[in-house]
Amino acid sequence: MGKTNTIQSSKMKEGSYKFLKENLGIIIAFVVLYVFLAVYPPTTRAFLTSRNMFNVLRQISTNLYLACGMTMVIILGGIDLSVGSTIALSGCVAAAGVARYALPIPVAIILGLIVAILIGVFNGTVISKTTIPPFIVTLATMNIARGLAYVYTGGSPVRVVSKEWQFIGAGYIGPIPTPVVILVFVLIVTALLMNNTKFGRHMYAVGGNTQAANFSGISVSKIKFYVYAYTGLLSGLAGVVLASRMYSGQPTAGTGAEMDAIAAVVVGGTSMSGGSGKIGGTIIGALIIGFLNNGLNLMNVNSFWQYVVKGTVILLAVFIDFLRNRNK
Amino acid sequence: MDNEVLLKMKNVHKQFPGVYALKDISFELRRGEVHALLGENGAGKSTLIKVLGGIYAANEGEIFIEGNKVNIQNVLQAQQNGIAIIHQELVLVPYMSVAENIYLGREPMKGIIVNKDKMNNDAKKLLVDYNLDFEPTTLIKNLSIAQQQMVEIIKAISFNSKILVMDEPTSSISDKEVDFLFSIMRTLQEKGVGIIYISHKMSELNEICDRVTVLRDGEYVGTKVVSETTKEELINMMVGRQLSKYYTRNYLEVGKTILSCNHLCDNNMVKDVSFEVKEREIVGFAGLVGAGRSETVKCLFGLTKDYSGDIVFLGDKKHYINAKQALKDGISLVPEDRKKEGLYLIQSVEYNTTIEVLSEFIKGIRLNKKKEGEITQEYIDLMDTKTPSLRQTVGNLSGGNQQKVLIGRWLATKPKLLILDEPTRGVDVGAKAEIYSIMNELVKEGLSIIMISSELPEIINMSDRVYVFAHGYVKGCLNHTELTQKNIMHLAAE
Ligand SMILES: Nc1ncnc2c1ncn2[C@@H]1O[C@H](COP(=O)(O)OP(=O)(O)OP(=O)(O)O)[C@@H](O)[C@H]1O
Ligand SMILES: [Mg+2]
Repeated sequence: MGKTNTIQSSKMKEGSYKFLKENLGIIIAFVVLYVFLAVYPPTTRAFLTSRNMFNVLRQISTNLYLACGMTMVIILGGIDLSVGSTIALSGCVAAAGVARYALPIPVAIILGLIVAILIGVFNGTVISKTTIPPFIVTLATMNIARGLAYVYTGGSPVRVVSKEWQFIGAGYIGPIPTPVVILVFVLIVTALLMNNTKFGRHMYAVGGNTQAANFSGISVSKIKFYVYAYTGLLSGLAGVVLASRMYSGQPTAGTGAEMDAIAAVVVGGTSMSGGSGKIGGTIIGALIIGFLNNGLNLMNVNSFWQYVVKGTVILLAVFIDFLRNRNK
Repeated sequence: MDNEVLLKMKNVHKQFPGVYALKDISFELRRGEVHALLGENGAGKSTLIKVLGGIYAANEGEIFIEGNKVNIQNVLQAQQNGIAIIHQELVLVPYMSVAENIYLGREPMKGIIVNKDKMNNDAKKLLVDYNLDFEPTTLIKNLSIAQQQMVEIIKAISFNSKILVMDEPTSSISDKEVDFLFSIMRTLQEKGVGIIYISHKMSELNEICDRVTVLRDGEYVGTKVVSETTKEELINMMVGRQLSKYYTRNYLEVGKTILSCNHLCDNNMVKDVSFEVKEREIVGFAGLVGAGRSETVKCLFGLTKDYSGDIVFLGDKKHYINAKQALKDGISLVPEDRKKEGLYLIQSVEYNTTIEVLSEFIKGIRLNKKKEGEITQEYIDLMDTKTPSLRQTVGNLSGGNQQKVLIGRWLATKPKLLILDEPTRGVDVGAKAEIYSIMNELVKEGLSIIMISSELPEIINMSDRVYVFAHGYVKGCLNHTELTQKNIMHLAAE
């Protein structure tokens, strides 16, 4: 018994050592950013408050739901541009369920999630059954879902005036914000799926070498289908949580969210050419993007300039990665 | 032939993380000489060539060409110094035409646009010169590996270089093309080109090479004049021990028929193919490259969507439409193109070994890492794969060791029928002998094997029966008593 325990813990050590080594660049970047925000006079006071921390974590949560799916999609060698619009449509549907049809909140939420899964299923079906590039397919569904959200709401937010509605997005479980609790759950499920299941292994195979995967008897189209469907579900989760936090389903919600998710994945070291990537990297990537956003806000940087800074940081992060790989 | 030294590499060292690939290697090539580079899988042959070609930077060492010290940092500088290399891994661009690949980076121009007509005409001339029967406008991806290899060869020759390096050029082409390649090499030799030639086919040494340098585990062992040495001595230098037996084969009483295929046809390369396989039998598929052998087994393995004909496996009629079904019934196929169809190059040895047998250590979300490691180790040991660790990226292994990982993967599925498509391609003599003896053992244990091979000696010495293919038809079936080079070639060339 004792022996297996030490083996287990030495494996854990090996694992975390490897994690540190592989992600050294971005871990350092994150620590530097964090320390900077904590000591830099204009941000130091506001930054370290628990209110701010929870706030950042909430924002990071929704981005990470998306990024979890996006990591898997990108490992497959694909991309999903429709996640941002899915946020809007699923949020609006769930909110309308409560506000317009007086459905019980859980039912409304499930309705929102179903809409999101349907979008994922549609993406997955087209991408796995045809050779149309995922970029094009999801570009189309991105527009369709956004359009439907506007059509459905007539362009204005669907307000929800129920205290319970706020629980999932703005509430707490014990001392911890609900979205963060959901996040932990999502991360565990995703990590298990990617690292511990046959499905995960097969996913890396399809992304790494589709032709070999065929020879391996792996059902390439099934894997693709499920990954896009799962990404749809996670986008729906983000949509519902956001709609709850904003007391309303908004057709403009999640605009550009796909870009933040992709950025987190890429900064986290997942290769756009598919076949490799780890959820741990994505988490750090999302932390960097999240704290960067927060820092820029605290410093009152003009929102136009924020885009410039964010783009530059993304470039820098992948550039460091490029340098490290070149030296290998 | 003058004996002027054309190329000299002095005290070259190269280290990769965890692997000391070249330790103080010196090497010399004379004008008009074909100099063979020999060594086991992972000995460092390709690495030495890549240092010469500017793909890897050596940690230490110097290179002299015609007595002048040169500094080769990248592929372009290597080309400028008159070095052309045919790499072990094909490096053609799949979605470009033959002509575009040959003239990649040095396209004939008309002002600022590429002169396509001239490029295609020049390429056509080369193809005709070298008797190749495909068009310069064909996309590379539509060519067979053998044809791609020939494109690589004429591309390298078209540089008119002083030094030509060929890393296992004959591993994927058939005898006819090999003869042809050798005649090209002789012509170049007369023109004073120095050729470095890497191959695991010992028989080729006498035919084409003047001197041979042997490497072992990254170290220099010695250089010999081919006419003054023997195969045994060279093998001894390579593996550091005597190799007792090359082909191991006990012919057993074969059992009942387990597979029979009738009139297979894939509306393309496979025209009309019928054959059967019995228990404890090694069935060889011989023929020239492009005869439809690989395509036949792809039908059988469910990788071709659209095919007709009857397949009866273990008494049941089958029509596999994906590999999963075939695998489930106990058929495994080790594909011919290990990079494209086999390996997940950016993944580890472990991942690549166990991808077919995940159920043995993954139950739901419970992953038994230890078991996975044990399975991997078992097949590393069985195949004697040289890798610094289970976690090593497969793409960083030497070519022959990649092949061993691949065979190990399919053996792990414990199949009833194992199909091997060119199983010893790029594998060193010692390992070949091992693969043969493993095949022999497997058959003893009741397995049946289909072996596709373009190497006649291996077909002749290992098979119970051989089907000879030509142009998508089975031209005949020979029993192992009738197996001679002449009989096979007679049918194959029909
Ligand atoms: N990019 C790399 N990173 C790490 N190790 C490498 C890399 N390339 C080669 N090696 C290692 O260097 C050693 C020599 O490899 P090399 O490819 O030169 O062998 P080789 O003699 O050409 O073998 P083969 O006959 O199998 O082609 C091997 O142990 C291999 O694993
Ligand atoms: Mg090699």
